Amino acid sequence: MDFVVILQAGVASGTVLLFATLGEILAERSGVLNLGVEGMMLIGAMTAFSVTIATGNPWIGLLTAMLFAGLISQIHAFITVTLQADQVVSGLSLTLVGAGISLVLGEGLSKAGTVSLMPNFSIPLLVQIPVLGDIFFKEQSVLVYVGYLMIPLAWYYINHTRPGLHLRAVGEYPSAADALGINVYRLRYFYVFIGGIFAGLAGATISLAVSPGWFSELTTGGQGWIAIGLVIFAQWDPFRAALGSYAFGALRRLILDIQAPLTLFGVDNPFYYNPYLSFFLQMLPYAFTVIVLVIGSREAIRKRLGAPAALGEPYIRGERGK
Amino acid sequence: MCTCFLVYLATSPLEHAVTANTTTDLQQPPLAVEMRGIVKRFPGVLANDHVNFELRAGEIHALLGENGAGKSTLMNILAGLYKQDAGTIKVKGKTLEFSSPRDAIKAGIGMVHQHFMLVPSQTVTENILLGLDEPRFLMRLQEYDKKIADLGDKYGLKVDPRTKIWQLSVGEQQRVELLKMLYRGADVLVMDEPTAVLAPQEIEGLFETLHSMVAQGKSVIFISHKLNEVASIADRVSVLRRGKVTASGVPAKGVSRQELASMMVGREVALAVDKKPKTPGEIILDVKDVHAENDKGLPCLRGLSLHVRAGEIVGIAGVAGNGQVELSQVIAGLRPCKKGQALLNGKKVSNRDTRYGIEHGMSYVPEDRTHVGSSPNLSVTDNVIMKNYRKPPISKGSMLDMSAATKFAQELKEAYDIIVPTVNTPVRLLSGGNLQRVILAREISGHPNFMVAVQPTRGLDVGAIEGVHRLLLTQREADAAVLLISEELEELIALSDRIYVIYEGRMMGEIKVEGAEPDKTLMDAIGLMMTGTPLEQIHMEGAPTHG
Ligand SMILES: Nc1ncnc2c1ncn2[C@@H]1O[C@H](COP(=O)(O)OP(=O)(O)OP(=O)(O)O)[C@@H](O)[C@H]1O
Ligand SMILES: [Mg+2]
Repeated sequence: MDFVVILQAGVASGTVLLFATLGEILAERSGVLNLGVEGMMLIGAMTAFSVTIATGNPWIGLLTAMLFAGLISQIHAFITVTLQADQVVSGLSLTLVGAGISLVLGEGLSKAGTVSLMPNFSIPLLVQIPVLGDIFFKEQSVLVYVGYLMIPLAWYYINHTRPGLHLRAVGEYPSAADALGINVYRLRYFYVFIGGIFAGLAGATISLAVSPGWFSELTTGGQGWIAIGLVIFAQWDPFRAALGSYAFGALRRLILDIQAPLTLFGVDNPFYYNPYLSFFLQMLPYAFTVIVLVIGSREAIRKRLGAPAALGEPYIRGERGK
Repeated sequence: MCTCFLVYLATSPLEHAVTANTTTDLQQPPLAVEMRGIVKRFPGVLANDHVNFELRAGEIHALLGENGAGKSTLMNILAGLYKQDAGTIKVKGKTLEFSSPRDAIKAGIGMVHQHFMLVPSQTVTENILLGLDEPRFLMRLQEYDKKIADLGDKYGLKVDPRTKIWQLSVGEQQRVELLKMLYRGADVLVMDEPTAVLAPQEIEGLFETLHSMVAQGKSVIFISHKLNEVASIADRVSVLRRGKVTASGVPAKGVSRQELASMMVGREVALAVDKKPKTPGEIILDVKDVHAENDKGLPCLRGLSLHVRAGEIVGIAGVAGNGQVELSQVIAGLRPCKKGQALLNGKKVSNRDTRYGIEHGMSYVPEDRTHVGSSPNLSVTDNVIMKNYRKPPISKGSMLDMSAATKFAQELKEAYDIIVPTVNTPVRLLSGGNLQRVILAREISGHPNFMVAVQPTRGLDVGAIEGVHRLLLTQREADAAVLLISEELEELIALSDRIYVIYEGRMMGEIKVEGAEPDKTLMDAIGLMMTGTPLEQIHMEGAPTHG
């Protein structure tokens, strides 16, 4: 087992989580919790793969995937922002709807053969940095590099631009934003859309780069849920989100790779001989997600972590006692 | 006429009122705002019923009215937050339609709301720039920090532009709200109960700011329940009652507090309280050397000892944030007591389940009416049975007898004059005064032998205050012990038998009150103690003290 190779693959796999987490951070910063990430990722993965097969151009596949997932997210926006229904229920339904649509439209796609994927390349100079160069800059997909750029951009956008200021205000104290003429409803629709686009991008990253192909709901394998847990872990901050995403990406790879060799550090590899142990390992990221979600659902703790104060609450103008 | 106008603006507010009385209509300054025939309905209430309201340029105009009279509604319409069902608004002579707050701001109308509209996690500058087109994209905050500091200097509104809102005191937050409107070039400022949340020194600062704003040509609408403030700051007064205008633009100097009070509530109001002499009984509450920490983990009570006897009202005076609220929480069992203890009828209540206090005759009227004192989304019925639902007749085995509960709530509604369509209405729809009555009704109906009340009259109208005062005095008559925590000195002196003054969680001294009239030496002594001078160091002639 070569740890550098595992970490290198971990960064690629973490990029999926990174996109999904960044998108959800943006949506949640505007006050809308969208539990439909998994569904939107499935839509993205399926669309990207299928359009790429049809057109032969992965870029067209990628863009269509982002757009389709973005459009699907607007169902959630309509239900929670306009109809002011419960965000948890609507998000869960969106996951089911997304899974359903992608399974139907993706029928037979798994046997459709291989497609041309997103290009991989190394970054000159940077790749020569010892160890880190190999992990981060050697033969990675173009999407991995896009991910690197996204982290500081998202952070800067949220904290140091005017639209970012408005985004934070709408998620923290919508009536204050409204009183100053900021259109709370429009911004919430917009950021749910952005969240959808990012989830679509995350899905496309799987099917066009990280583990190419369409394997029905196993394609995403619950990574959308992990992303939702990571948002809480990241305390709604892009840099912490990146840290968590890459760590989890690496963990996923490690769990896969650790089952392969016959011996580990000179002794019989227990994960090879005892499948239950590896099942246990595979469970860990999801167990983490469950724990983080349970902790994060306690309001007092969420406040301490810095959750947007209006997260999960529909905004009704002139409502008393809010 | 033109020169006359200039002279008019340059006069001080005192002369101003006199001028307004003696000059003819022709010479009056132009109208800054004119609202005609405003109607606004909410489900089940007519909040504004053909209201006319006029604001002249350069004046401070007080808007008075009971809780629920429709003052905030009228001003929210002017600020573009609500849309009127009928009526027109003219600003500087032009008829305007506001479809959002943005339009109102554009017309120069800025409102400082009863509940501040500030994003706690953002800085002062960020809050002020919110919703503006400038800066376009990048927030170069340093540049704007400077601009805002300059603006603050111009109007005497001191606040550091780089601090986050949650770190500011209430008074400072209010300055940010004013700056927000001034930065947008507002020249009509609407202030909805600005003084309800301020300490006395902060109120003085605010009044200076308001004077300097009118001196620079702005006009101010000022909502308040405190009649003495209205007399000292306003040029003219308008009064609303149940959505209708009962007085429109009368000069503030010409009317007495008594007249204003009766215009507001439509009946005679007893402004002075009637406290009969009474000999206190046994010690009911005994607080011994209590130490506690505030929410930030800093010491806020540093060895406080005091007691309250049956049949007396004991006041706690102090500037906000000197440990009063924490003291009430320690007594109610809501805050850990690090050292010392509080005893109720000789039994420990501090650091104990709140239910113990409830079951042993303690009642608690907390400062925060909407979160601690009541549950906003629950009905009046649910709120009033919160402390006695475990006992029959409301509890029937393991079930609640809802018809008994409704009957109980109905009785309280009648007995305490709670104005509400039905007892099933969620309490968040109640006006402040009515909500406070719901809480007091619940607390008193359990026949407590000890009551702790924190700021029980904050934000209430004169009629409601009279009601609350009467209820507290009835408790005293009924031989209950009452601990009254308030920032209103006049109220403390009027109601209390004794007053403790605390400063930074320490006892500054104890003063016995005789008679209900605020006497000058007494007030001065309390004022000194509130700012940290212990009683021993104050030389008072004639004022009765012990301690
Ligand atoms: N958004 C709303 N929905 C329903 N009813 C409302 C709403 N806003 C106000 N009301 C009702 O309209 C009436 C007027 O309320 P408003 O807040 O204007 O009173 P106010 O004069 O400002 O009272 P206070 O002195 O307590 O602030 C009250 O009966 C209130 O319950
Ligand atoms: Mg009001």
